[in-house]
Amino acid sequence: MSASTTQKIDPNRLTLWERHYPGHDMISTRTFGFWLYMLTDAMVYAALFASLGVLSHAVNLAGGPPPSAIINPVYAYGETITLFLSVLAYGYSMVALKSGSRGGVVGGMFVSMLLGVVFLAIAATDMGHLFAQGVVPETSGFLSIFFTILIYHALHIVVGVVWMLVMIAQIARDGFSANVVYRLINLRLFWHFQAVIWVFVFTFVYLQGMVA
Amino acid sequence: MLVHLQGPWNPLLGRLTLQQIPYENPILLGTFIFAAILGVIVLGATTRYGKWGYVWREWLTTVDHKKIGVMYCLVGLVMLFRGFIDALMIRTQQAIAIGPNSPGALGAVHGYLTPFHVGQIYTAHGLIMVVFAATPLLVGIMNIIVPLQIGARDMAYPYLNALGLWLTTAGGALVMLSLFVGNFAHGGWYGFVPYFELPYSPGVGVDYWMWAFQLSVLGTTMGSINLIATIVKMRAPGMTWMRMPIFTWASLSTNLIALTSFPVLMVALGLLGMDRYLGTHFYTAGMGGNLMLYNDLFWIWGHPEVYFLILPAFGMMSEIIPTFSEKTLFGYATMVIASFAIGGVSWGVWLHHFFTMAAAPNVNSFYSITTMLVGIPTGVKVFNWIFTMYRGRVRYELPMLWALLALFLLLVGGMTGMMNAFASNDYMWHNGLFVVAHFHMMVLLIAASVFGAVEYWFPKVFGFKLEQKWGKWFFWFMVLGTGWVFVPMFFLGMAGMTRRLDYIPYTQWAPYLHITLVGMAFYVVAVLFFVAHLYVSLRDREKNRVGADAWGTSRNLEWMTHSPVPAYNFAFIPHVNARDEWAWRKENGIAELHAGDYEDIHMPKNTGIPLFLGLLSMGLAFALVWRIWWLALLCLVLMVALIIIRSFDRDTDTTIPAREVERVERAARDGSSGSVPPAGVLGDAVIATSTVRSGSGGIGGNTTSPRPSWAPRNR
Ligand code: HEM
Ligand SMILES: [Cu+2]
Repeated sequence: MSASTTQKIDPNRLTLWERHYPGHDMISTRTFGFWLYMLTDAMVYAALFASLGVLSHAVNLAGGPPPSAIINPVYAYGETITLFLSVLAYGYSMVALKSGSRGGVVGGMFVSMLLGVVFLAIAATDMGHLFAQGVVPETSGFLSIFFTILIYHALHIVVGVVWMLVMIAQIARDGFSANVVYRLINLRLFWHFQAVIWVFVFTFVYLQGMVA
Repeated sequence: MLVHLQGPWNPLLGRLTLQQIPYENPILLGTFIFAAILGVIVLGATTRYGKWGYVWREWLTTVDHKKIGVMYCLVGLVMLFRGFIDALMIRTQQAIAIGPNSPGALGAVHGYLTPFHVGQIYTAHGLIMVVFAATPLLVGIMNIIVPLQIGARDMAYPYLNALGLWLTTAGGALVMLSLFVGNFAHGGWYGFVPYFELPYSPGVGVDYWMWAFQLSVLGTTMGSINLIATIVKMRAPGMTWMRMPIFTWASLSTNLIALTSFPVLMVALGLLGMDRYLGTHFYTAGMGGNLMLYNDLFWIWGHPEVYFLILPAFGMMSEIIPTFSEKTLFGYATMVIASFAIGGVSWGVWLHHFFTMAAAPNVNSFYSITTMLVGIPTGVKVFNWIFTMYRGRVRYELPMLWALLALFLLLVGGMTGMMNAFASNDYMWHNGLFVVAHFHMMVLLIAASVFGAVEYWFPKVFGFKLEQKWGKWFFWFMVLGTGWVFVPMFFLGMAGMTRRLDYIPYTQWAPYLHITLVGMAFYVVAVLFFVAHLYVSLRDREKNRVGADAWGTSRNLEWMTHSPVPAYNFAFIPHVNARDEWAWRKENGIAELHAGDYEDIHMPKNTGIPLFLGLLSMGLAFALVWRIWWLALLCLVLMVALIIIRSFDRDTDTTIPAREVERVERAARDGSSGSVPPAGVLGDAVIATSTVRSGSGGIGGNTTSPRPSWAPRNR
């Protein structure tokens, strides 16, 4: 671009090099990358939900039970409540981060983690019952995707719980260093994201399954 | 939940037995001996010259984006060679096994390769060329150039960058390993269901294919996150969106494609994996599986993937053509829009890969039309390049030759792509050689741009230009090979020859198949010229040393620092005032590289953890292929443990002291000012070059610097 042909440049008035350049904001760079990661994971879920749509035809039941016969609304309700309470607790933990209270952050996170474990326990009971009745992923194409989505989501919860454990240890050791803070923020994104995804799971897997 | 396997299995070694080592196959045995000798030579030489420390410190543990990029390119080149040998075998087999009377050898009835072996070869060829040759080469070049072009000192996440490299490498290594342990898939690089399901492909081949693919998915997705974050977050002050170099724009658009499409492939392959390992029924023929689901998921990735490959190539052309036309790029804004239009449209065309698979006519028409829409932005790009050259001062140096070849191939490939896009046409030649020739035009376009980009940016990374003589021989033999191999293929496709044949029943096709073999001979010679090109360049490197601005007429930020680029890229972060900043500075006579008053520079520290994670991921994949559960679990646990341990590491950064920066800058300046008269002295000579060329198309005006390049100037 030759802006220069029309415009006279005074070299002494120009900034050509940055002195004492502070670099880029580490925390915002890290969280931005985490958003990108979540976009990829959202795509994974999108593909899985699309597969659910494809495999929800009567043909795909292959003689196995339809969703309405296996979905237990009580468990689904319990999972929803625990997961959302867990996210709420994590939210309080982040409020405590603003005031720099270590106890508040660790406390909120601990509650959040416990609720995550409760969520997993409920999910395990639910699936355990189904498995015990012989309702397993191998039964039909529909059940394959049904369990895959539930288990994939539950795996994220496992990761989140482990991550919280790690963060509690890191807060105890380092306090709120830049590294710890960006990880706490990313973990918040991660945890909220799981709740958002749960809304989709609930809608597409449970509600739609009950209706269909 | 685990499936029942055919054949033996034991807890210690899984399915692995001695019979799985194909030592009785002379071709594989020869390959093994070749690889072993090469390995011994390389490892031996490293030991003999005491270079292990160097290799470990400078390469294996590095987080420097330039070195990671170079390693990506090396992986890409090695895999390109492997893919080329595969191609050679397919073409020779098809030149021999024509008609019932054709001879057979080495256990094959016709030709010298059994159908099972041919199947593995074309599958490996496709997979390797797409995800282990083209992708690493492109990602490697983006890795090197993008941070330089936006005036950054590194990528946004250097550690993740190294991890992406080692995961991709692990995938490539797994494909190589399948040569000597077990076998590879033999049903085509994109797989078919239910053919790739366990009952029909009970061997380990499909598992190798699947896990190698998955590793590359992980590596590429991480790379795309990194490049996008780098471009969005790390641009130098003053570099607004519309000042961004066009290659950076292309990288952004291409990585957005990767970011959104690779996860879908992960699902496509992951569900296949569940079918094969856990006995689910996603793609099975009965039990409520859906065969089309795989095709859709795969090609929802597959088509964006081809644009993921081509957009960086377009970006490279858009850098090379202005430099060697000595003009600014024509239609910058339209180029940006076109890149994103291509990226966007690429999401809505996947069905054209299976027009013949029972979609309703209106569905086919829809995808037919969307496919043709891609031609519009692509056409815009072609015209922009042509107008860039129009009335420019075109210099036919090697990078430019490659870019022009790429342009030509784009025309041929694009036109034939349009022909494929008519569903009615495609019904006639789907899965035929016409399609194969079409996409090879496209893929060779990518190869041509990559070679052009390597020629173009090589001096930036290594400090000397590649010589031109052998390089031109290489170029022209590549041109010859491409013509002789692929023009007959278009004809064969029209004549009805289908792809992936191990035996050709029609002797009428023989002349064409023999002509393609001549083309392969040209390619072989080209490879030899390439080796000579590299060898002579390395030998004569002192003669070809260059300064910061190797070509004299280049336009972007990457030419504003020394060649080779110091570890910290820029001693001072540049402040960007214009689009084509470097050309702008040269035009205005302010092209000195800054010196004096250096500051400490903060950089990430080397770490071996990405390498170990890569090795473990390879172990994990290997264990899963052979179903050695204890090993898989061990690798997985170790990976998780390593990641957690690394997160506790507080000592991840280091500072390059100002004194060291000064020493490096001084050495770069003095080193290049000595031996080479023209275009050698940093800053000064660059300005001299642009003075000589003043009055030409792009860079004009008075461009003499009043002060020596290194005089400290405080702005
Ligand atoms: C003008 C743009 C293009 C159009 C209209 C187009 C059209 C098509 C169509 C319709 C097919 C399917 C033919 C069949 O299987 O029967 C196809 C296949 C293919 N195209 Fe293109 N294409 C275009 C650009 C590209 C580019 C840029 C690339 C690569 C960088 C590419 C690579 C491929 C590959 C790899 C296949 C075949 C994959 C396989 O079957 O193994 N195409 N193209
Ligand atoms: Cu396509």
